[in-house]
Amino acid sequence: MKYTEEHEWLRVEDDVVVVGITEYAAEQLGDVVFVELPEVGQTVSKDDECVVIESVKAASDILAPIDGEVTEVNEALVEDPGKVNEDPTGDAWFFKLKAADPSQMDELMDEAAYNDFIGD
Amino acid sequence: MTELGRVPLHDLHLELGAKMVPFAGYEMPVQYPLGVMKEHLHCRARAGLFDVSHMGQVILRGEDAAAALERLVPQDVTGLGEGRQRYAFFTSDAGGLLDDLMVANRGDHLLLVVNAACKEADIAHMRDALEPAGVSVEPVEDRALLALQGPEAEAVLAGLNEAARDMRFMDVADMELAGAPCWVSRSGYTGEDGFEISVPVAAAEPLARALLEHEAVAPIGLGARDSLRLEAGLCLYGHDIDETTSPVEAALTWAVQMARRSGGAREGGFPGAERVLREITQGTDRRRVGLKPQGRAPMREGVALYDREEGGAQVGQVTSGGFGPSVGGPVAMGYVPAAMSDPGTALWGEVRGKRLPVEVAPLPFVPANFKR
Repeated sequence: MKYTEEHEWLRVEDDVVVVGITEYAAEQLGDVVFVELPEVGQTVSKDDECVVIESVKAASDILAPIDGEVTEVNEALVEDPGKVNEDPTGDAWFFKLKAADPSQMDELMDEAAYNDFIGD
Repeated sequence: MTELGRVPLHDLHLELGAKMVPFAGYEMPVQYPLGVMKEHLHCRARAGLFDVSHMGQVILRGEDAAAALERLVPQDVTGLGEGRQRYAFFTSDAGGLLDDLMVANRGDHLLLVVNAACKEADIAHMRDALEPAGVSVEPVEDRALLALQGPEAEAVLAGLNEAARDMRFMDVADMELAGAPCWVSRSGYTGEDGFEISVPVAAAEPLARALLEHEAVAPIGLGARDSLRLEAGLCLYGHDIDETTSPVEAALTWAVQMARRSGGAREGGFPGAERVLREITQGTDRRRVGLKPQGRAPMREGVALYDREEGGAQVGQVTSGGFGPSVGGPVAMGYVPAAMSDPGTALWGEVRGKRLPVEVAPLPFVPANFKR
């Protein structure tokens, strides 16, 4: 797993990258009540706002962690946004990307670096 | 930056795992480990304990205190029976709202509870108007304020003092709780039955612990307090009402008793009376309404409202909005033109650049559960 400073995790599965948010982020957000996902087929550039996530407290964006094309989105989150709190690093992935430049992954943090980053 | 005040239960909040945030000059618990959603649902299902010690408690003492206070509020205070409380608000000379409050007749004095953010201004306002009339304005500095809310609140409080069962909505009484002399009212800010308890500072923590010991009671933070009051259709000062909104625009006409309206025994005689009384008979151009977003996206404070999906000018604005855990979807309140204020009126709210459908809805979103 790789991590961003925006508290996203990225997991490589075959030729796609699965993106979600970390447990730390889910806990900071509080109960998630609304998720808006990108379109399948949409091309995103690193730092594009591509997911809207609203908790009981506030709205926030999830930024595309790398360049790529969205190949799949987790529609189940639209019906049941609470999954984001229940299983942020498993069932509650947000979208899958076909990376335009896999080397962008190398710039991201590994688990130890991320844990340092959040002061764990 | 001025230093934040600490409430008497500060250490208990930390012990309970609260996340503390600055609010109206105090460090207050916004949520506990249960989280906003579960705290909200727990309060509606069982009972919740809230610390609202940041709010201002003020005693007015003097023979003519009630009549004097009527010069600042459009409520019937002289007609308020001993042991009774009612909702009131200070109006400005322009007929706007300076603050909303509770006023209780406690026999030889009145007890007011005012908003934390307004309390200093309120006290100054009352001193100016009331002291020359021989009424003393005494901020209560040595008491905390707790609220116990929810369907099991009566049973819980009766466990400490059976007299709790005899109170009905908006009664006030002296009551010994956990050995401390408390001032109790049967009221709250959640739409649920419940009590608000003014307790001496030294006794606040033992009382809070005695209440929390009951398995029905969970501590509830400001986050859930906000969603509970929003579902209950209750105004939050500084958001849904302020100096720019009049009582009639804010749909608070019900809180102006007949005695103070045109033709009443003590008609007018409060700041802005000319406007307020005129608006009661003639209506206003805009009105506070409930708003039910038709999709899943919350419409929060500041969302612009339109009467069509594309084009046209903004017709109104959301003043409070979020997710209603008991409703199971987004809920909001805001101001719209009177002509668009009927429940069922279709409007659109602009969220992240997109106009999403929202319908004018009756308030409250959740039926009130008071013991009348």
